[in-house]
Amino acid sequence: MSRQVVIDPVTRLEGHGRIHIFLDEKGEVRRAYFQIPELRGFEKFLVGRCAEDAPQITSRICGVCPTAHHMAATKALDDLYKAEPTDTARKLREMLYSIFMLEDHALHLFFLGGPDFVVGPTAPKAERNILGVIQKVGLEVGKKVIAARKELRGLIQELGGRVIHPVFGLPGGVAKGLTEEARVRFEEAARRGLEFALFCETVFEDVVLKNKAYVDLITSDAYTHRTHYAGLVDSNGRSNFYDGTIRVVDPSGNEVVRFAARDYLKHIAEHVEPWTYVKFPFLKARGWKGFVDGPESGVYSVAPLARLNASTGMATPRAQALYETFFKTLGGKPVHFTLANHWARVVEIVYAAERFLELASDPSIAGTDIRRLPTETPREGIGVVEAPRGLLIHHYTSDERGILTGANLLVATQHNAARIAMSVDKAAKASIHGGVIDDGILNKVEMAFRAYDPCHACATHSMPGSMPLKLQVFAADGSLVREIVRGVEACPS
Amino acid sequence: MAKPKVAFYWCASCGGCEEAVVDLAEKVLNVVAAVDIVFWPVALDFKKSDVEAMPDKSIAVSFINGAIRLSEQEEMAQLLRRKSQVVIAFGACAQLGGIPGLANLWDRRSIFDWYYRQAPSVAPDGSAPATKVKVPEGELELPAFWDTVKSLDQVIDVDYFVPGCPPTPKVLLAAVEALLGGKLPPKGAVLAGDKSLCHECRLNDSKPEKILIADLKRITELQLDPEKCYLAQGVICLGPVTRGGCEALCIEGHMPCTGCFGPLDQTPDYGGTAVSFLASIVDVNDEAEAKRVLDKVADPTGIVYRYSLARSKLGRKRLEAGA
Repeated sequence: MSRQVVIDPVTRLEGHGRIHIFLDEKGEVRRAYFQIPELRGFEKFLVGRCAEDAPQITSRICGVCPTAHHMAATKALDDLYKAEPTDTARKLREMLYSIFMLEDHALHLFFLGGPDFVVGPTAPKAERNILGVIQKVGLEVGKKVIAARKELRGLIQELGGRVIHPVFGLPGGVAKGLTEEARVRFEEAARRGLEFALFCETVFEDVVLKNKAYVDLITSDAYTHRTHYAGLVDSNGRSNFYDGTIRVVDPSGNEVVRFAARDYLKHIAEHVEPWTYVKFPFLKARGWKGFVDGPESGVYSVAPLARLNASTGMATPRAQALYETFFKTLGGKPVHFTLANHWARVVEIVYAAERFLELASDPSIAGTDIRRLPTETPREGIGVVEAPRGLLIHHYTSDERGILTGANLLVATQHNAARIAMSVDKAAKASIHGGVIDDGILNKVEMAFRAYDPCHACATHSMPGSMPLKLQVFAADGSLVREIVRGVEACPS
Repeated sequence: MAKPKVAFYWCASCGGCEEAVVDLAEKVLNVVAAVDIVFWPVALDFKKSDVEAMPDKSIAVSFINGAIRLSEQEEMAQLLRRKSQVVIAFGACAQLGGIPGLANLWDRRSIFDWYYRQAPSVAPDGSAPATKVKVPEGELELPAFWDTVKSLDQVIDVDYFVPGCPPTPKVLLAAVEALLGGKLPPKGAVLAGDKSLCHECRLNDSKPEKILIADLKRITELQLDPEKCYLAQGVICLGPVTRGGCEALCIEGHMPCTGCFGPLDQTPDYGGTAVSFLASIVDVNDEAEAKRVLDKVADPTGIVYRYSLARSKLGRKRLEAGA
C-alpha cells in the first residue's frame, strides 16, 4: 500500500474548551459561547471491528470513566446477541459499577470540583487544587481520601482485570467471578467504603452547607436554569445507575415520558451547531427551540442533580434520608440550581456505597454461572447506564458475523451540552459588567460548567486535551479586549 | 539544589494516562515532593504563556501522552520539545498512535458525514461545524480536524517511550526513578523490560512447547478456562509478540492480551509480526480449511494494529484523491 498522506493546511487554533464572550459598547455581555473544538470519531472507526471488542475500544473514549463506557457497550452486546446475563453476572456488574461510581464521584469531590468549595472560589488559583485541599483539610484527611480511592480502585482491578480500561464485560455475562473468599473481602471493603462515603457527607456538610456564603452562591440566580431532567429509574421510580427506564420530568417536576433505552430514537434527537464540535441532544416532543430553558424548550439535563430530580427517591436508606434533606433544604422538587450538583453527587456517593455493601453481602454473588454464551445471530443492540456525569447510551448494528456496521453513542456530557452552554452564558452575563474582567470573574464563569463535572472527551468522543480553557473577550468592534488561557481539570464522562 | 522541573501534557488521549499518575496514590506525594511540576493541566492551573516564557531546555523532563490529531497538539509538542531536556512519549497513543489511530482507516470527511449527517439521532438540517463561522455577535473559529492521526515521534524528536494503554503505576514509577537517578538507557529506548508478556504470565506453564491450533475461536464462542494458556484454547492472545511489564493484568482478568504494551525492541512492525505469528500457529494444510480458520480473525486490522496503526509501516488507509 502506498502512503499518501494529506494533511489539511488549516491548522491554527489553540486551547480546547473555549469560551468566547462578545461585549456591547457598554462592556456588557451580549453572548458567551462555550465551544468544544475537538472530535475523535469513535463511532466511525468502530465500524469493521469485532462487536465483542467494543467494550474495550469504547472505554478509551475516557480514561476517567472507562467503566461507564465499558458497561454501556457490554449491555449493548447483551442486546445485540440477545444474551441475557445470568443473575450472578448481573449482580457482579452492578457491584463493580457501584464501586466505580463511588470512587469516581469521590475524585470529583476532592480533586476536581471540590477545591472551589474546600479551598474557596476566590482563593489564589495556585491553591485551588488537590494540594490546596490537602492543606486545608489536613494531610491525614488527604491520606484517608487517597487510601480509600486506592482500595476501591484495587477492587475494580481485581474483578475487572484493570481499573483503567477494564476487561470485564462480555455479551451475556462477565469474564471473571468472585470466590466466596473474595466476596468476604469485598464485603469488608464495602463496609469501609460506606464509612468513607459517610465521611464525604460530613466533609461536604461542614465545609459547604454550614457556610452561608456557599449556600447563597449555590442558590443564586446566576447558576439557575429551569430545564427538563432525565435519569434512569427502577420499576419503583427510584434512581439506578446500572439499569432501568429513562424518566424525563419537566421544569415543574411532572413526568413527561418514561421509556426504555431501546426507544431512545423516538424521544431524543441531536441538534448541530456550526461553531462547536459537540452535538446538542433535545427532547423530540418539545423540539429544538434554541439555548433557552422553560417547559416549551427541548433542552434537558442529566447527571447527579438531574438524576435526583427525575427519580422518586433513592433505593437505599441513608441515601434516601439525604435525598429528602436535599429537597427540603433547597425548596422542594425539582431543584434548578446547577451548583447543587455537588451536593447531589454526595447523596449518590452514599447510595453507591450502600448498594455496593448490599450486593457484596449477598452470598449468591459468588456463584459460578457468570456467563451465558450467545446463540442468536447478532443484529442490533442498545445499552444504557448512568455514567457519573449522566445518561450514557451505546447503540450498535452488526452483520451476522458480529462485525460492527454502525455505532451511535449518546454520552453524558453531551446531554448536558446545551444547558452548560446556557450556564456559561448566564454566569458571564451575571459576572461581567462595564467590561471589567479578572481571574476571580473567570473562575465564577468556570464554576458554571465545573458543577456538571463535564467531560468533553466523552461529549465529543474527543480528548480531555479539550480541558485547557481559553477565554477571549471581544469589544463591540470585534477587537480582542482580553485573553486568558487556563488549565481546567480532567476529562470524565 | 533546585528540584528538577517536570511537565505533563496530553494530546489526543482519554485521560487514562493522567489517571495512571494519580493511581500512584500515596506515592504521588513523594513524586510531587521530589520534583517541581511546572505544567499539568489535569490537576493544576496553568498558562500556556508560562511555558512559552520559560528558557529553552529549562524543563528537565516532559511526559507527553496522547496521539497527534490537531495542529494545536503538534504545536504544544513542539513547544515542550523546545523547553525540555528530555521528552518522553508516555503511553500507547503517544508511542504508537493508540486506539485513536484506528481513525486512520477513515478520513475527516467520512467521520464528519457520519457524526453530523448520517447518525440515526442527528436532526438532519444539513449543518456541520466549520472552521470559521459567522454568528450574530461576530466570528467564531474551530481548529481543523486532520485526516491522519500520528504518534508523537512522527512530529517531534522523542527521547524515551513508556508503553501501555495506560502504563501501569509500576512502569511509571520505574521510569521516574530512572530519570531522577540519572540511570538512563540509550536514547530511543522503551522504558520497560524487553521480554514478551508470556514471561510474566501465570499461564505460561500451560503454554505448549509449540502452539498449533486447528481451530481459532472468538471469545463469544467459548468459556475460557482461566487456568490454561488461552492460545492453547484457540483464542487469540498477543502475549508472545507483546512487550511485558504490565503484570499480565488482562490475563488476571481472565481475558487475553490485546497488545497494548506494543512491540519488543527488535520488532520492526507490531502488526506484521502479530500476523506472521498467527499464521505460524494455525495448523492446517488444506487451503479451504485455512480460510475457514483465518476467517475467525474477523477484523485483522483491529486485532493486530489496535494500538499501533498510526505508527505502523502502513500508517493509514490510502486517502482517496481530493479527500
